[in-house]
Amino acid sequence: MRDIHGLPAVNRVSLRQRARSYLRRPLSLLLFLLVGLAALLTAATLLFIIGYILVRGAPHITPSLFELTYNSVNVSLFPAVVTTVMMTLLSLLIAAPLGIFTAIYLVEYARRGNRLVGLVRITSETLSGIPSIVYGLFGMLFFVTALHWGFSLLSGACTLAIMILPLIMRTTEEALKSVPDSFREASFGLGAGRLRTVFKVVLPSAVPGILAGVILAIGRIVGETAALIYTAGTVAQIPGGKDALFLSGRTLAIHMYVLSSEGLHTNEAYATAVVLLVTVLLINTLSAVVARRLTKG
Amino acid sequence: MSGKIKEKGMEILFLACALASIAAVAVICLFLFMGGIPAIGEIGAGEFLLGRKWAPQDVPASFGIFPMILGSVYVTGGAILLGVPVGILAAVFLARFCPRPAYRVLGPAVQLMAGIPSIVYGFFGMVVIVPFIREHFRRLGAVNGSSILAASILLGIMILPTVIGVSESALRAVPQSYYEGALALGATHERAVFFAVLPAAKSGILAGVVLGVGRAIGETMAVIMVAGNQPRMPAGLFKGVRTLTANIVMEMGYASGLHREALIATGVVLFVFILLINLCFSLLKRRMD
Repeated sequence: MRDIHGLPAVNRVSLRQRARSYLRRPLSLLLFLLVGLAALLTAATLLFIIGYILVRGAPHITPSLFELTYNSVNVSLFPAVVTTVMMTLLSLLIAAPLGIFTAIYLVEYARRGNRLVGLVRITSETLSGIPSIVYGLFGMLFFVTALHWGFSLLSGACTLAIMILPLIMRTTEEALKSVPDSFREASFGLGAGRLRTVFKVVLPSAVPGILAGVILAIGRIVGETAALIYTAGTVAQIPGGKDALFLSGRTLAIHMYVLSSEGLHTNEAYATAVVLLVTVLLINTLSAVVARRLTKG
Repeated sequence: MSGKIKEKGMEILFLACALASIAAVAVICLFLFMGGIPAIGEIGAGEFLLGRKWAPQDVPASFGIFPMILGSVYVTGGAILLGVPVGILAAVFLARFCPRPAYRVLGPAVQLMAGIPSIVYGFFGMVVIVPFIREHFRRLGAVNGSSILAASILLGIMILPTVIGVSESALRAVPQSYYEGALALGATHERAVFFAVLPAAKSGILAGVVLGVGRAIGETMAVIMVAGNQPRMPAGLFKGVRTLTANIVMEMGYASGLHREALIATGVVLFVFILLINLCFSLLKRRMD
């Protein structure tokens, strides 16, 4: 029953004995009920939110929602999907190397007691606590205005890259730390340099952990709204052509915000919510599966 | 020889990347403060922070963000009141009561809850919580349902995964001997958990609550969709309110001149709040380790 820590329950207590014990100790019973109720409430809330959105939204998913271009008749979300993919790739292209290389420096190169390590850790904690609207504000001041990039994919992607940087950094750091030192020692023993050891020995065995972090970051990018409204703008078409990077585009989450705040296309907002929710749930599950691989392997 | 250069070159590249994140924080601070401080100076710090009237279109315009500060505080307070007890109890359940098969479902479920985008939470609040309040609390003064209460409930739900996650790991970090000692003294399972294990995990749980406060105060899109966003002093649980975050998003689209700078200054105030909360969090975490 209670052997949740792997300890075998020596004294098995029958249900009846437990009931009697609870009757004699009302405080214990009360605490037990409270704890169970809280867990039930949490699970029920989650199920209700997901269930409500899916049940109300699924019937509104129609083929016209996936037409190639957006207009106010079909309210297509397809351009938003393409923009989301572009935005995700672009942000990862910037943040993944930065985050992974930083983690490599912290774990593989920095010496014990290096001041820089502490400083980087503080900054990454600070970054991960900043709300997305502040990132959006900064992106608007820096990328959009100061660098004259305007409302564009690039402004949005750079803003998001800073936002997901601490996430990628931390997960990579943990993945690298979990690689046993014997791997490194064996590699050094065979005459490999530090660089070769990092790229041929340490990184390959840390891939699942890094991947799990990157997938989580994708989930955050897909769901992000506040950081993008004033950096990537809300244009409803696919940014294409030669200077696509400097064109405005709305991701799926922004698309949903615009639909629901206009209040004209509630059904389409429901459908978009379903697509968004399912995508994010899939991404999170994928991340969990990859992470479990790490602990098994 | 070239190998050595490559080694050194890559090390410098890695170092440069590590410095980039520090640079990011520095640039963020620089640009926010540069954009906001002049406006605070022009309006006057007292007038800006404690002024009770936000009317940027009036002549003369007034820029007082005190209603929004109060709005953020009330909404966050409500979220803490609703979300924290449930969160801590649920964390106790996950760490000390949950049978293993159930944990395999509930553990990922909590993470899933953290992964749901805030816009989806906001939409849910808009189509479920707000109409519910409109219909059932009309006699108590609910006008259209968008209210402090709606925002508090929604934020209470949204901070659950944060509070649960941090509290659970704090509870798990308590040495098993505490629990066993209590049992040996004749305590029941519940007594041992609540009077021996829970107090020992106090600072970790507090860190979770502080992190939840940070989440709630910084939340934007979900709050906008349920809080009503009227820029006036909060008038009651069932009346609309505007938070600091909402103030920025609502008006940034068309603001210019001093109005725009005042909005950036609102962001600065929010940023300072968050920095203070982060500081509390890291102090608590250090005490936990």
